[in-house]
Amino acid sequence: MVTSAERPAGAAPSAADQDAGPPSRGRVVAGRFFASWQGRAGFALLALLFALAFAGPALSRWSYTDKDFLAFLSPPSADHWFGTLQTGADVYAVTLRGMRRSLVVGLLAALLSTALAAVVGAFAGYFLGWTDRALTWVTDLLLVLPAFLILAIMSPMFSGGQWPLFVAVLALFLWMVTSKIVRGITVSLKEREFVQAARFMGVSPARIIFRHIIPNMSSLLVVDATLNVSAAILTETSLSYFGFGIQPPDVSLGTLIADGSPTAVYAPWTFWFAAGLLVVIVLAVNLAGDALRDACDPESGRSR
Amino acid sequence: MTPPVLEVAGLTVTFPGAGGPVPVVRGVDYAVAPGEVLGIVGESGSGKSVTALAVMGLLPPRATMTGSVRLHGEELAGAPERRLTAVRGRTISMVFQDPLSALTPVYRVGDQIAEAIRAHRRIGAKEAERRAVELLDLVGIPSPRQRALAFPHEFSGGMRQRVMIAMAVANDPDVIICDEPTTALDVTVQAQVLEVLRTAQRETGAAIVMITHDLGVVAGLADRVLVMYAGRVVEAGRVDDVYHRARMPYTRGLLGSVPRLDGGRARLAPIDGTPPSPGALPPGCPFEPRCPAALPECREAEPPLVAAGGPGQAAACVRAAEPVADPVADPAEAAEAAGADPGTAAGRADGRPERAVVLRVDGLVKHHPLVRGAVLRRRVGTVRAVDGVTFDVREGETLGLVGESGCGKTTTLMQILELAAPQRGTIAVLGRDTARLRAGDRTAIRRDLQVVFQDPLAALDPRMTVHDILAEPLRAHGRPPGPRVRELLGLVGLEAEHAGRYPREFSGGQRQRIGIARALALEPRLVVLDEPVSALDVSIQAGVVNLLAELKERLGLSYLFVAHDLAVVRHIADRVAVMHLGRIAEIGQVDRVYAAPAHPYTQALLSAVPLPDPARERARRRILLEGDLPNPASPPSGCRFRTRCPRFTALGPAERDRCVREEPEVRLLGGDQGAACHYAERVDVM
Repeated sequence: MVTSAERPAGAAPSAADQDAGPPSRGRVVAGRFFASWQGRAGFALLALLFALAFAGPALSRWSYTDKDFLAFLSPPSADHWFGTLQTGADVYAVTLRGMRRSLVVGLLAALLSTALAAVVGAFAGYFLGWTDRALTWVTDLLLVLPAFLILAIMSPMFSGGQWPLFVAVLALFLWMVTSKIVRGITVSLKEREFVQAARFMGVSPARIIFRHIIPNMSSLLVVDATLNVSAAILTETSLSYFGFGIQPPDVSLGTLIADGSPTAVYAPWTFWFAAGLLVVIVLAVNLAGDALRDACDPESGRSR
Repeated sequence: MTPPVLEVAGLTVTFPGAGGPVPVVRGVDYAVAPGEVLGIVGESGSGKSVTALAVMGLLPPRATMTGSVRLHGEELAGAPERRLTAVRGRTISMVFQDPLSALTPVYRVGDQIAEAIRAHRRIGAKEAERRAVELLDLVGIPSPRQRALAFPHEFSGGMRQRVMIAMAVANDPDVIICDEPTTALDVTVQAQVLEVLRTAQRETGAAIVMITHDLGVVAGLADRVLVMYAGRVVEAGRVDDVYHRARMPYTRGLLGSVPRLDGGRARLAPIDGTPPSPGALPPGCPFEPRCPAALPECREAEPPLVAAGGPGQAAACVRAAEPVADPVADPAEAAEAAGADPGTAAGRADGRPERAVVLRVDGLVKHHPLVRGAVLRRRVGTVRAVDGVTFDVREGETLGLVGESGCGKTTTLMQILELAAPQRGTIAVLGRDTARLRAGDRTAIRRDLQVVFQDPLAALDPRMTVHDILAEPLRAHGRPPGPRVRELLGLVGLEAEHAGRYPREFSGGQRQRIGIARALALEPRLVVLDEPVSALDVSIQAGVVNLLAELKERLGLSYLFVAHDLAVVRHIADRVAVMHLGRIAEIGQVDRVYAAPAHPYTQALLSAVPLPDPARERARRRILLEGDLPNPASPPSGCRFRTRCPRFTALGPAERDRCVREEPEVRLLGGDQGAACHYAERVDVM
């Protein structure tokens, strides 16, 4: 067997082979994901960020609602690790609180929109006919609606802990273009022999879509989801900048950057910690996304 | 002895690879005398095509080449591009495998040939045009004056290859290199093109280097033959010596693994394993891991090509000096000598066993509308892809469905697999009429009706592991995959440890085995095979054919085996149906049909298949068909074959009238053989 000799270190798949369980796709993909340094680094970074966002505030004695009236706009010190804002709020506490919101909003909105795009596009492309016409009509309708305006009008509804609604509406306006691409790919994938083979074996259409069509576009979908994370976080940031996104007293990285930008020049800690964490989040998501794409694609990795 | 026109010595070609340079050609030497035909055979990846490109100086820039290529004593290796351009097309020319990509689509065919002439000779445009028409006439293109004005896409594949040959001989070259010139063509067209090549060679007296994987083509055409393996020549010599007295086990293995038209149903002898990857060659003889006659010293050093056997014969094998048996002796005799039962054929000859019918197709019709226009779509005609096909398959029986491309065999297959009501006629699978099935019944029937596709890489989901691929049919029908996946892998001769890999990581033959394992997962009763071995190399193909035959015996399967290779069908099928333009031309028991075909089309098909036996191949009389397959959108009236039929031309006017007016139905000729011809007559064409 030439191919087995060619496999480089090949730690993960062969390790998976030796396991007792059946070597199904999920296990192999997971093995390949963690075999690459991008995968490990991206996963570790994301895990760290989540840990920081959820457990970090407990380390500090300040909560994000506290104000220290003895230190306005003071630089980082032993008392305030990241310094304080003009209002006396502790930057460490509010930044972590903001990151918690941004991480959840960004990741959830991205996953939701990519999943929606994949399902709508694949069903439209696979069944064609009336299914296609109805779904395409909905897609086109959403494309022409002014997303920013609608989000702005709906913003009062997001206050008072209604952020899941915000995530849903954000996702609703992110999926249409991808869904059109997915539909096109599905039409061509449908003619491929392995889809026909599955059909002739008696596999149901929904199963074919979820087990053959969508996995064969995983590269596109992973890249799309990765980009959507940044897009969702940035949309949320810009909405929050105008005051339409996350409503006070809740904070997000967007509201923090908006608040910090006027003082960024002479009090950089008000701006740079929030902005820096935003960059790290996007970087981590991109690393993990890259590794996931390679892990899903059996053709990559062998040449590397 | 005349000096050779082309002399290649110590040729090596290396491509850069991820893990260091990859040697693709590793020291090839040969010489071609004027007017000689040299065959170069080898499997894919043996370096035969790269050798040809190196000789022409057409290697991509990233390849590095060493050694010498002398044309009339002049060194071409390392010659300046200007010198090479002057030589190419004038002294040495090339015919490629795919004539559509070798012709410029936007120029008229006549102009392209004229351009080839004027590139090397100072003659006027009118003169060049006249010469182009002459050349088209030489290669047998009807009404060459009009056809010279046509564009390449208006030509069929065979006609395009004729044009390529016309261009190749336009300047009376001394050497013509043909790289798989007939691989993409149907067998009757292949026979025509090879005939044209012979004519062209006779006219120009050029030497031909014929590169092919088809041992039959070389047997009929070449004087001498080189066998290549892993970038080296492993055996060379006169055709008769190499075919009958091969010294290298690889050559013998290759010859033994070819299914033969004149062979019986004895087990083929496949070569174990797969060809080595050029990047990771074993230290000793590259064939040693697969060799049935390997000695310990084979593993130490690669044996050089040494003279052995007949005059001019040489083999790269440590055992080259040992005398050997003839691998292409009459296969019937060989089978008898091996103790096979020659009575099996006779025993089955008188009629079919009365067993349950698993598939019945009756008067099946499938017409595609031919539409023109993007905005105002209008129907301009009908493609009669399948036009009244009737056959049945019984339990434990294999029916081979053969025909050339465009004859409707794949359409027939798809109609059966869809399990939907046909446009006209009936399809009954396992006794159930597909027109009266409900969704639940259809799922139930799919359990018993499975399919294996031609290209295993396309038919296996590239994103699924082998385990998931094999588990899919089981899960779809609500059975737990469990240990069954391991069992299936064992059944088709793969290791259970490979279940975690992707299809891409397997070789072609192994992939097809996975495809077969998937088809067998649900223990079906009828398996439909769509050209299951045509994408595989000869030595691999034999293993898969054997596997199919073995599984059928063990599991009592019925096969509907679609193929264009008549030799493979002879090997595996019990009955054969020959299709021509959407209709069945001849149907019957394999041995009867192959021994004495009754339909003139079957006769032409069988006589066109080259035999890998030089003596018999040269002694055969060929029935060459005129022209191409008629357009299925407007088939001729009456008998669809009459425009190309050699028997029709021999008939009197009164008899011809019947062929023109009346479409023949399949008529039984006694025993299990029927032909759709008014004047059917059994003739031995072997």
